[in-house]
Amino acid sequence: MAEVKLFRSWSSSFALRIVWALKLKGVPYDTIFEDLSSKSSLLLQYNPIHKKVPVLVHNGKSIVESLVILEYIEETWKQNPLLPEDPHDRATARFWAQFGDDKVFPPVLDVLRNEGKEQEEGIVKAKESLKYLEEELKGKKFFGGEKIGFADIALGWLAHHENVFEEVTGITLIAEDEFPLLSEWRKTFPDAPVIKENWPPRDKLVTKFQAIREQALVQKLKMAEK
Amino acid sequence: MAKSDVKLIGAWPSPFVLRAQIALNLKSVEYEFLEEALGSKSELLLKSNPVHKKMPVLLHHDKPICESLIIVEYIQEVWASSGPSILPSDPYERAIARFWAAYVDEKWFPAMKGILGAQDDEARKAAVAQVAEGLALLEEAFQKISKGKSFFGGDHIGYLDIAFGGFLGWLRVIEGMGGIKLLNETETPGLLKWADDFAAHPAVKDVLPDTEKLAEFSKVVIAKLRAAAAAPAK
Repeated sequence: MAEVKLFRSWSSSFALRIVWALKLKGVPYDTIFEDLSSKSSLLLQYNPIHKKVPVLVHNGKSIVESLVILEYIEETWKQNPLLPEDPHDRATARFWAQFGDDKVFPPVLDVLRNEGKEQEEGIVKAKESLKYLEEELKGKKFFGGEKIGFADIALGWLAHHENVFEEVTGITLIAEDEFPLLSEWRKTFPDAPVIKENWPPRDKLVTKFQAIREQALVQKLKMAEK
Repeated sequence: MAKSDVKLIGAWPSPFVLRAQIALNLKSVEYEFLEEALGSKSELLLKSNPVHKKMPVLLHHDKPICESLIIVEYIQEVWASSGPSILPSDPYERAIARFWAAYVDEKWFPAMKGILGAQDDEARKAAVAQVAEGLALLEEAFQKISKGKSFFGGDHIGYLDIAFGGFLGWLRVIEGMGGIKLLNETETPGLLKWADDFAAHPAVKDVLPDTEKLAEFSKVVIAKLRAAAAAPAK
């Protein structure tokens, strides 16, 4: 019997991708919650290079890096495919997944962890990137088209964690008038079956990211004082 | 297939463009190479890759595919029946190949850039140490993955050979610059031999940039990197 284990933390948006993928495909698995401030020896054994979550362990072999794990899941469990069949469409889905990690996530984090000029710059960069996502949603319900796909899963954090960031910073990056399609997707995606049952508790996330923001601002002040 | 059906926007010094070229060659795909003038971006490039404005861009029936590793996967999928498979057939082995390719791009390549852009000897030494560390990990990976064969892909060049091999020219330039043998018999015996086998491979040898030519070009890159590092962050 195939054995599947997922190492995750309660809040990690990257690990959430794997939860969604496994559940959308109906793959049974065991969860091991990691306290990232005190990583288990098992986690370090399975992911010695990056020492991060998520880690998928299947039949005793570990796979790490969330987008690599998603491809592995797609290739191992072929039901309910997350990637389309057409090679160009597949390339497009992979492109937007990577885009989210490279060009959306970093400036959004900058907005969370900064204030003043640096935060302003983060807002500009984030919105520049979000415009491309808005355009990509034209005529589509999800990035995957009629149903949730690879890019939706990769970008899913925008529909939950990013809301939390907006509350913590008081800055709305995805306003309805500016990003109507993205705003709509942010309502539809979290409400979809499987997705809606697996969000980490919002109030806990607010507390966590408030602390992260405060810490980051304190660090910046310390650096400025040196 | 008509040659004009497949076009590749690129430039000869780019390790990322090289990846796409090698993949196309492995699959015996005839293509038109649209060389970008260095220092400026063509209208076609900007139109085909408006998001990143970077090369390589593969144009297949005029539809663009961007990002070198995504292009390599695309080439494998479209021309799957031609030549050996670029990715292994086993999902776990595919995951390993993708993991190391991501490592090369996210951790190792920035360290390589760090050597080129280093402002002083101390910074350069630190960057060289980082690159060497990465090579040690890749050597270990090579020993495990190649299972005694010539390439990461076994008997044939595969995804990880392409991902890492794209940087071979630059690796040689950096070795020449510093008089250091980053690939050597003591620390990286497997990769040392791999490099020769890779460079000699029919899909690679005609497109791998000449090291001297690349060294000459690297002066431009170094100047740019140092200027960017010296200027205050925008």
